[in-house]
Amino acid sequence: MTCSQPALRVSGLAKSFTVHAQGGMALPVLRDVSLAVSPGECLALVGPSGAGKSTLLRSLYGNYRADSGSIRVRQDDAWTELVGAEPRTVLDVRHRTMGFVSQFLRVIPRVSAVDIVAEPLRRRGTDPLEALQRAEFLLAMLGIPPRLWALPPATFSGGEQQRVNIARSLIVDYPILLLDEPTASLDAANRDGVVELICRRRDAGAAIVGIFHDTDVRDAVATRVHEVVPPASSAGVSP
Amino acid sequence: MSAPLLSARDVGKRFGGRIACRDVSFDLWPGEVLGIVGESGSGKTTLLNCLAGRLVPDSGSVTYETRSAGSVDVHRLSEARRRLLARTEWGFVNQDAREGLRMGVSAGANIGERLMAVGARHYGEIRGQAADWMARVEIDIERLDDRPTSYSGGMRQRLQIARNLVSRPRLVFMDEPTGGLDVSVQARILDLLRGLVEGLHLSVVLVTHDLGVARLLTHRLMVMQGGSVVEQGLTDQVLDDPQHPYTQMLVSSILPV
Repeated sequence: MTCSQPALRVSGLAKSFTVHAQGGMALPVLRDVSLAVSPGECLALVGPSGAGKSTLLRSLYGNYRADSGSIRVRQDDAWTELVGAEPRTVLDVRHRTMGFVSQFLRVIPRVSAVDIVAEPLRRRGTDPLEALQRAEFLLAMLGIPPRLWALPPATFSGGEQQRVNIARSLIVDYPILLLDEPTASLDAANRDGVVELICRRRDAGAAIVGIFHDTDVRDAVATRVHEVVPPASSAGVSP
Repeated sequence: MSAPLLSARDVGKRFGGRIACRDVSFDLWPGEVLGIVGESGSGKTTLLNCLAGRLVPDSGSVTYETRSAGSVDVHRLSEARRRLLARTEWGFVNQDAREGLRMGVSAGANIGERLMAVGARHYGEIRGQAADWMARVEIDIERLDDRPTSYSGGMRQRLQIARNLVSRPRLVFMDEPTGGLDVSVQARILDLLRGLVEGLHLSVVLVTHDLGVARLLTHRLMVMQGGSVVEQGLTDQVLDDPQHPYTQMLVSSILPV
C-alpha cells in the first residue's frame, strides 16, 4: 500500500498563450512549475485568481499544450512523458490512468444521464450491465433522483449536470485524478457526497491534484497544498 | 497496435495551376477518429478523395494496412483491387446520400448489395441482416422494400450509413455526414455515428466544417487552410488551446448558443 514512488511528476513546466488577433501578444501564465504527487496524496493548488491554477490543471491533462518542461505519468511501471507526446499516447493515458473532473458537463444530444456516466467504464470493456449498475450507484450517491437517470441532462440544473459529470469522471478508478473545483455551485448536502467520494478515492490510493475554493472542502480532502505563483506581469497584463 | 492502418506521406494534388492540397502527412491508428476541419475550399474534400483512392494525388503516397495481405500503396493497386478494397475493408459516407445510394432500388437491396459484394449469397440471410441494420440505424423495417427516393434526407443518410457498415469495414471515410440536415436530424445521426464508431471499433477519417461535430466525434484534428495542414493535435487541445492564427480565428468564430 505505502508506495513512495510518485504517480505524477512535473518539472520545469512553462505555458503561455499567444493571441494572434492581438498582434501576437504573448501571455505568460506558468513558469518553471515543478511538483510530484504520490498515491494516496491529494495536492490542493492554491493561489489568487488568475494565477494559473486552472491552466496548470489543464496542461497536466494535455488539454492545454505546454511550451516546455516535463509532465510524467506512472503507467505500466514506467514513466510516460506527456509534453510533446503523440495524441494517441495522451489518449491512452486518459483512458487508463488519468481522469479529469471539470465544473461543466459537455452535454451529448439524446444520450441519457446514466449512459453518459457509464460510458467510460463500458469503453474499457466492462460488462454493459455492470457499468450501468455502477453508474446508477454513483448517481444515487450524488443525489440525482432516479426519475432523471433515463433523461438526457441537457435540461438538468447546473448543479445536477455537474454531479452527472463528477459521476462520469469517477466511475473509473483512475490512479491519477485532476479536479477543477468539483464542488463549485453545489449545496451543502451534495457537496458532502462529493467530498466523501474524493476521500474514498484518495484513501484507496489515487494521486489527486485539485482546485478547491471552498476551504472546508480543501481541509477535508487535501493532504498538501501547492502554491501557484502569478506570472510576473511587468506589462500589467492579466489573462 | 503494431502498425498504422492508414499512412499519408506528403500527399499533394493540384487542379491546373491551383493547389488543392499539399504536403499532407499523418498516420491513422486502429480505432482512431481523425477529423479534417477548415473552411470551404481549404482542400479537405480533395484530400479525403486522395486518401480513399478516388483521386490520384500528384505527389506523395497513401499506404493502407490490409486485413490479410499486408500493407499496400493505395494508388499503385490495380483498379480492380482498389475497388475490392473499397467494397470490403472501407466505407465512404457522402454528404449527399444520393451519391452513396442506388436510388432506383429498394432500401433492402441497397444494404444487401454490399453484403453480396463480400460474398453473401443466401437470400434469407441477406434480407435478415438488411432488416437488422435498418433497425440499428432506426429506420422502420416496414420501409425495407421502399426506394430511398421516398425517404426523408435524414433517413437516406442513415440508410447510407447502414449500407456502408453492414459489410463490417475497418476504415470509413466521411464527407460532411451531417451537412445540409436539420439540427434535430443532425443530432440523431451524430448520436448514431458515435455509438457505431465506438461499438464497431471503426477507424474514421471525417471531413467537416462544423467544429461541434468534430468535438463530438473525433479524437484528433487536422486544421487545413489553403490546402495545407496548419495545425494538428488532440481534438480538445486544438479547440481549447488553438495555436495557429487561422485555428484561433475558426474557434473564435463559433457562435455561442
